[in-house]
Amino acid sequence: MSASDDLKDLYQEVVLEHSKRPRNYRVVEGATAEAAGHNPLCGDQLVVTLKVEGGVIKDVAFQGQGCAISKASASLMTGAVKDRTRAEAEDLFERVHKLVTEGPESVDVDALGKLAVLSGVSEFPARVKCASLAWHTLRAALEGHGEAVSTE
Amino acid sequence: MSGFDVNQVRKDFPILHQEVRGRPLVYLDSAATAQKPQAVIDALVRFYQHDNANVHRGVHVLSERATEAYEGARETVRRFINARDAKEVVFVRGTTEAINLVAQTYGRKHIGAGDEVLITQMEHHANIVPWRMLCEQTGAVLKVIPVDDRGELVLDAVDALLTERTRILAVTHVSNALGTVVPVKELTRRAHAKGVPVLVDGAQAVTHFPVDVQDLGCDFYAFSGHKMFGPTGIGVLYGRKERLEAMPPYQGGGDMILSVTMEKVTYNRVPYRFEAGTPNLEGAVGLAAAIRYLEALGMENVAAHDRELLAYATKALASVPGLRMVGTAREKSAVLSFMLADVHPHDVGTILDREGICIRTGHHCAQPVMQHFKVPATSRASLALYNTREDVDALVRALHKVLEVFQ
Repeated sequence: MSASDDLKDLYQEVVLEHSKRPRNYRVVEGATAEAAGHNPLCGDQLVVTLKVEGGVIKDVAFQGQGCAISKASASLMTGAVKDRTRAEAEDLFERVHKLVTEGPESVDVDALGKLAVLSGVSEFPARVKCASLAWHTLRAALEGHGEAVSTE
Repeated sequence: MSGFDVNQVRKDFPILHQEVRGRPLVYLDSAATAQKPQAVIDALVRFYQHDNANVHRGVHVLSERATEAYEGARETVRRFINARDAKEVVFVRGTTEAINLVAQTYGRKHIGAGDEVLITQMEHHANIVPWRMLCEQTGAVLKVIPVDDRGELVLDAVDALLTERTRILAVTHVSNALGTVVPVKELTRRAHAKGVPVLVDGAQAVTHFPVDVQDLGCDFYAFSGHKMFGPTGIGVLYGRKERLEAMPPYQGGGDMILSVTMEKVTYNRVPYRFEAGTPNLEGAVGLAAAIRYLEALGMENVAAHDRELLAYATKALASVPGLRMVGTAREKSAVLSFMLADVHPHDVGTILDREGICIRTGHHCAQPVMQHFKVPATSRASLALYNTREDVDALVRALHKVLEVFQ
């Protein structure tokens, strides 16, 4: 695969669009949980806020600064985990993590819906942390420990 | 420029002659670490093939040769920075260790609760954190000389910040994040007028222009081998002899003592007092080879090349739409830190990498100065004696490609 094809896979239209106009870029009103995430390598920082009722994520949002990949991943995540149970969100993270580290052959890509656009990250090992930051932060919020998480 | 031909220089650096990602390598990250000429690589190999042994202790021929090579390297460093005496040259792991050494020996002895340590807003973390730690240990207070929007120090603020409680001024010679050349000679003059000793972080300076520690007048000068085309894991703390002699030891161990009983230890004289354990012999040998390489080229010639290329690159980058330079000091070294439209530096770095171009992206271990410019990170291209106008042209072409991806 040429260098340029790799780049097109990484910066797919949907990724660029989500990074420029992230969904759920706000603070959840009446949030029941929140966590801050930090990638010391590049200075990316974001805060995920959640409203969990009866074990289901009723609302989820994020705010912060970061590269196109971390913002797009956060934006796509908020869409993907809404109305899911904690266990479902956790399972989704496992599969997304596999997708961005091991590539599209390692998971059922179709079952991931829009998140499949993150598959290009697997060709860029240095960018896995960017794609994972929001998810690590979500997990910290769900587990309810108030400490900031770090990708280091 | 007699004796300096960049195309000849490039031939001395084998690593530059390769393709990465299907394209010729363009290395613009020398401020992070510089590449090594064949002369340095050969010196390391030769040392292990012919001369390796422990120093300062053996009676055998190899130990004599190794000691000669190690102490010869000390003399080579002395000549390079024009110190009075080779005893003023302490070998350490790098700039970071040099500054920690001063903070934990000079600092622990002379700096106490309520005293002040003066640094600047544009320091590398290596010249912030050791002082922050000292302040936490002693109750001293950290004071900071501000920078302006060009990335120059606000010199008008300096005299008021040098108070009767100031115990040391620790300042960079060249900002690694902005390229600003700091007038350390003038700052030293002002600090000394108030009896304040001065430490200079020279990691980004010694590689770009001649440095004369006697002319600067500073008390301490720290730099790393790997940024000046030598090996990693070796660096230098220069200290005026009377300062070093008044300082307690740093780490304890062999080589730094004269005699040891279970009741009493007598410490060795300087510089050995600060070099506990078997030193980095190959590092010192490689550093000396790097210095001889630079001396053969001529540091004035290196400085002229870097200056000319910086001017060319500054102009070339200004032609890229949406590019904003971070750090526009009037006196600059060969560092170009910038933001490209609203593209995050990490994304810039990834796309450039696919074009075979190596730059640094991030906060450059200088978060306080990033905070001043209200950016979390920048893209940084840094130039060295082996870079060419063609390298700069390749960078500019690749930045246009970034804009295409993100338009």
